[in-house]
Amino acid sequence: MLIVIVGAGRVGSAVAKRALEAGHEVSVLDSDPLSHERLDKDQSTTWEDAGGRFTVGAALEADGLVEAGIEQADVFMAATSGDNTNLVIAQLARRRFRVPRVVVRVADPARAAWYAEQGLYTICPTQHAINQAVNLVLEV
Amino acid sequence: MYVIIAGAGKVGWNLARELIAKDREVTLIESDHRRYRIVEEELEHAVQYGDATELWVLERAGIQRADLVIAVTGDDEDNILICQVAKEKYGCDRIVARVNNPRNLDHFKLLGIQPAVSATDLILRLIEHEVPEYGLVQLLALEEEHLEIIELEVGEGSPAAGARVADVVLPDGSLIISVLRDGAGFVPKGDSVIQAGDQVLLILDPGLESQITPRFAPAVQTASSRR
Repeated sequence: MLIVIVGAGRVGSAVAKRALEAGHEVSVLDSDPLSHERLDKDQSTTWEDAGGRFTVGAALEADGLVEAGIEQADVFMAATSGDNTNLVIAQLARRRFRVPRVVVRVADPARAAWYAEQGLYTICPTQHAINQAVNLVLEV
Repeated sequence: MYVIIAGAGKVGWNLARELIAKDREVTLIESDHRRYRIVEEELEHAVQYGDATELWVLERAGIQRADLVIAVTGDDEDNILICQVAKEKYGCDRIVARVNNPRNLDHFKLLGIQPAVSATDLILRLIEHEVPEYGLVQLLALEEEHLEIIELEVGEGSPAAGARVADVVLPDGSLIISVLRDGAGFVPKGDSVIQAGDQVLLILDPGLESQITPRFAPAVQTASSRR
């Protein structure tokens, strides 16, 4: 299974490493070349030696997405730090590149909920934090 | 008519001014607090502070009753999402989006964000308009309506040169609407005669260009006359 992840931040890079360990083909795209370090961190080999792919490119540029392998991807994950970028590229992945499974990180709970209704798999870290915080705060 | 404008940059601020001067009800939304303060001094309650990609900000601005939503921020992804939400979540039929990077135009189209206006693209078209050897210039494309207006130069010895407008054989779905000659334009009648060197404007269904251009192409094509 080919998994394409845009955004090698804490979440993106951690998911990428886990997916590679699980035996999948993983391709990561990020506009910042230095983000590659997060993929190598705490690993015995470099990301590429472990079999991973890394492309430097802007998330919105179709060329970079194609180079990263979006046309063959079975799963696409949008995990940049920008909600709006994530939501646009997730919809591109679905409507233009017909990726079967698209996962998108959205920090804003209201829009995460609405776009989930539109058929995207949204992950809202804020909502998780709120739920957990409410549980812990109200436990007293 | 109630208009919401997202982004109080040069474009958004001036648009708001013009629309207010035309007695439209306008709310301008700006996410940068310093910019908001500056604009607020002039526009007062017509500008609101907030991120227009957030639903509650749009709702506070009254998106439910907006007749027109214009997204002119400096970020294409923001403009796409503001218009998408306005249209699909709040049912606002009329939207206008600004395209900052012309390369992103496909994204706007794919997600149904029309019309999408790109200043760079408009200026590029004007440059083409000023450079006649390009032959065919697309002046206007109405994507939703499936119509476009093109400009063609009438070549020396072409079938159209010296012919009456009514006698120029054109495919169904196309029409000569104007002739430009010696720096002036006129709307021709059936018996107006087209001359070599004229520029003609045609309105047509997109896709008919290849059937139309041979009518206006010079009799002997030289390698340099067309690109």
